[in-house]
Amino acid sequence: MTKTRSTRRAFLRSGAAAATATLLPMPAIAQAAPRVLVIGGGFAGATCARALKLLVPRTHVTLVEPNSIFTACPFSNDVIAGLRDIKVQQFTYDKIRREVTFIRQAATKVDPQKRTVDLGDGASHGYDRLILAPGIDLRWDGVPGYDEAAAKKMPHAWKAGEQTQLLRRQLEAMKDGGLVVISAPANPYRCPPGPYERASLIAHYLKTKKPKSKLIILDAKDAFSKQRLFQNAWKELYPDIIEWVSLSKGGKVASVDPATNTFVTDFGKHTANVGNVIPPQKAGRIAELAGVTDRTGWCPIDPSTFESKQQPGIHVIGDATIAGGMPKSAFTANAQAKVCAAAVAKLLAGEVPVQPKLINTCYSLVAPDYGINVAGVYRPVNGVLTEVEGSGGVSPIDAPREIRKLEAAYAESWFRTITAEVFG
Amino acid sequence: MAASPEPPPGAASCSGCHAVSAGTKTTVPRIQGRIAADIVAAMAAFRSGARTATVMDRVAKGFTDDETQAIAAWFAAQK
Ligand SMILES: Cc1cc2nc3c(=O)[nH]c(=O)nc-3n(C[C@H](O)[C@H](O)[C@H](O)COP(=O)(O)OP(=O)(O)OC[C@H]3O[C@@H](n4cnc5c(N)ncnc54)[C@H](O)[C@@H]3O)c2cc1C
Ligand code: HEC
Repeated sequence: MTKTRSTRRAFLRSGAAAATATLLPMPAIAQAAPRVLVIGGGFAGATCARALKLLVPRTHVTLVEPNSIFTACPFSNDVIAGLRDIKVQQFTYDKIRREVTFIRQAATKVDPQKRTVDLGDGASHGYDRLILAPGIDLRWDGVPGYDEAAAKKMPHAWKAGEQTQLLRRQLEAMKDGGLVVISAPANPYRCPPGPYERASLIAHYLKTKKPKSKLIILDAKDAFSKQRLFQNAWKELYPDIIEWVSLSKGGKVASVDPATNTFVTDFGKHTANVGNVIPPQKAGRIAELAGVTDRTGWCPIDPSTFESKQQPGIHVIGDATIAGGMPKSAFTANAQAKVCAAAVAKLLAGEVPVQPKLINTCYSLVAPDYGINVAGVYRPVNGVLTEVEGSGGVSPIDAPREIRKLEAAYAESWFRTITAEVFG
Repeated sequence: MAASPEPPPGAASCSGCHAVSAGTKTTVPRIQGRIAADIVAAMAAFRSGARTATVMDRVAKGFTDDETQAIAAWFAAQK
């Protein structure tokens, strides 16, 4: 068995299956269905597992994910602002279980040479192709003073779930006239417009429920996604509430003190009633253990197949990747997953993957009935996912309110559509 | 052996917004099962600006005529 497998592996890897098929004993090949392991059941991994099974039903697809319920980040800022129940963000793997093998465990080790993955229960699983989709981990060394214990006092709420609800409770408990401080990291990080959407929706909550309160964004950048759209909307909707402090104005947080909810910058101190630290991030830890991260902490990939540039046979999709111009979003993760599934199907069949094209769109809400978007179309150019010239861009700066309202409805439609495709 | 139901480049991304499952509540128009020529015409109108859009103008500009035709044919064939 082991021998058959390694022969087949070498064979699949050679990319010449079609050409040499007649030279090999056919029954051995025909019997052995390829085994594909997908680690991480988020937007990228769940999409990829299902898409691959649909493309090549004979593949043994196994999805490994420690949680039985997935809590989605997109629209979690609505939960924080009290506009949405967290239950609307939650999805089970019930449908997926009927299509692929689902193992409720965390992957703990990857051996790229032996092509095995160890799980939390001690079991070891072999693979012909491995797909890593672990999302992000927070860099606990990124902001001095900020660690896992501090996050219980100053939530990050950058992985949805308990943290989202903690931040919501803190805002509810805050007195009118309080100060909310959000610190935003330098690029790259999950969901580039996310901190500014969050600031907007919290400001909406403050304006309607606690109008004497203020919100400060301390930013490690001088520019951000959809900046003009956000800033124009803030001027119109929340002129006395939101203050954005850029990097060059002293926005970079040097340290935090969770005991007093204080953010320290080179220019001074801000003591918050509610402090939201969005720390720097890196690829989910299993990517590092698999040897697919580089010194940035993210994963370099081939833009056509999403195969790691560091470990053959391992593909990486979603937030964990270095994907050129594509931002880290659920839309991107889902789009990459479908391209990766198609490429893996081709590679398993000994065929050459096609040059892909991918779309990203990030909707943001500035208020419940005020949506804006940024869109882009990408293709590989010299090994890097690059925006197609003349495509993409942001919503018009001067659009009337009814268009913003239409966009808010499209944003909600997008969420229902994508989550139906991924989990439904 | 070949991975046959595979969509042409770009098409897999459209379903991020254009729902495939009939049960999804959405305000985005459905495009699967539509006449290919109509999809091509709509994309051309979005690209030229003849038809106003909240997002499709910027999406359509990322695809060539050939790519758009392949995508349209694929969606037309989906039920
Ligand atoms: C506040 C906020 C708002 C956002 N809004 C939007 C938006 O409007 N639109 C948008 O497109 N994107 C949005 N995003 C970004 C989006 O959430 C991410 O880009 C997306 O979740 C990335 O998908 P992923 O599959 O790479 O990671 P995830 O969705 O995080 O999935 C990773 C999965 O891997 C699992 N995992 C990790 N390690 C292991 C392991 N060792 N073994 C097994 N499983 C493992 C995790 O449990 C998790 O389920 C937002 C993010 C935030 C924080
Ligand atoms: C970000 C979401 C999004 C993505 C991605 C997207 N669309 Fe659209 N599409 C829309 C919206 C919204 C409309 C309505 C017009 C508008 O406001 O842009 C639309 C309208 C259309 C229409 C007109 C349908 C009709 O009945 O009038 C066609 C055709 C279309 N899209 C094709 C595509 C194709 C092909 C792709 C992939 C290459 C695609 N769309 C990707 C959101 C999207």
